Amino acid sequence: MRVIVIGSGKMLYFLAKQFATAEQHVTVISEKQTECTQLSRQLDSTLVICGDGSDPKVLNDAEAFRADVLLSLTPYDHNNLVACQIADKMFGVPKTIALVNDPDNTELFRKLGVTVAFSATKIIAGLIEQQTGFQEITNLVPVANGLVTITETKLPEESPVVGKSLLDIPLPSNALIACLIRDDRVIIPRGQTTLQAQDKVLVLTQPENASKVLSLLTGHE
Amino acid sequence: MAKFQYIVIVGCGRLGSALANQLSKLGNSVVVIDRHQSSFEKLSSEFSGFQMEGDAMELSTLHQAQVKKADCFLAATDNDNVNLTVAQIAKTLFNVPTVMARIFDPARDDVYRQFGIETICPTALSSQAFLQALEGQNRENNS
Repeated sequence: MRVIVIGSGKMLYFLAKQFATAEQHVTVISEKQTECTQLSRQLDSTLVICGDGSDPKVLNDAEAFRADVLLSLTPYDHNNLVACQIADKMFGVPKTIALVNDPDNTELFRKLGVTVAFSATKIIAGLIEQQTGFQEITNLVPVANGLVTITETKLPEESPVVGKSLLDIPLPSNALIACLIRDDRVIIPRGQTTLQAQDKVLVLTQPENASKVLSLLTGHE
Repeated sequence: MAKFQYIVIVGCGRLGSALANQLSKLGNSVVVIDRHQSSFEKLSSEFSGFQMEGDAMELSTLHQAQVKKADCFLAATDNDNVNLTVAQIAKTLFNVPTVMARIFDPARDDVYRQFGIETICPTALSSQAFLQALEGQNRENNS
């Protein structure tokens, strides 16, 4: 797979380092001359290009025409959008990923042809909200471009659903208790399965419902 | 051009301020947005529209400028990518009927023209003007 990463700073360095394996070819583009020199010394198998990642000439030098994925991670939303659009329209890059700094732009970027637009602000805000609200939550993973969240939580003694069967729990229609872990045993629950305190529960929900479902399961607001 | 349109201009530099002054003088209702208050000093006494200090890349600024009611949206900042982005926002999110963007880079100009953004490229325009003037000169010399 051929990957192009546009950005700067530590994030660019560590991403390039992580991506650069035998099966993957990574090209990084940064506007900072000194950073480029440093990167090319640190990253052996990586091609480093100094320039504006939204400039068609620079993308051509980066061989965007045969790239599989382009990631644009600059702190400016307009640069990320234009880099992704030019990669898509002019070079036919099949998958473009943009960092969205202003969370309000996420939807818009998808509408304008960016394959994946993600907002670090939104992800971190979501994590903090969840972690501070529910200490029992050990894991929160967004899947399918953030359309679905998988959450793991432990049922406390005082949980209102302890002793109830799944059929009797008023879960919203777009949420599912997918799996229970009880004394290190995995149980795929059915309607009759009864929940016990200390059960670990894996829940699939849409993100907007996640906190509602978790309040229901843990009894915490 | 129909009389008395509601026009939003992003960027109050040399181009933005000239457009704002002229369009306001012709009787249109003009709002000009710029990140720096000092840019509005370029507006003439004939400008009777609104000035708005703010970043047009933030959707709230565009909402505040009532872009959804605009007949015409002109992106005239000195940054090609900002112009391309706000122009697309005006077109797809606010459905403004006439949207135009100034793009310095001819390569970018080409790409975006292909997918329906009306662009004005000063580089292409000046090179055309130069070549035409040169042709005129040559014709004069030969006759």
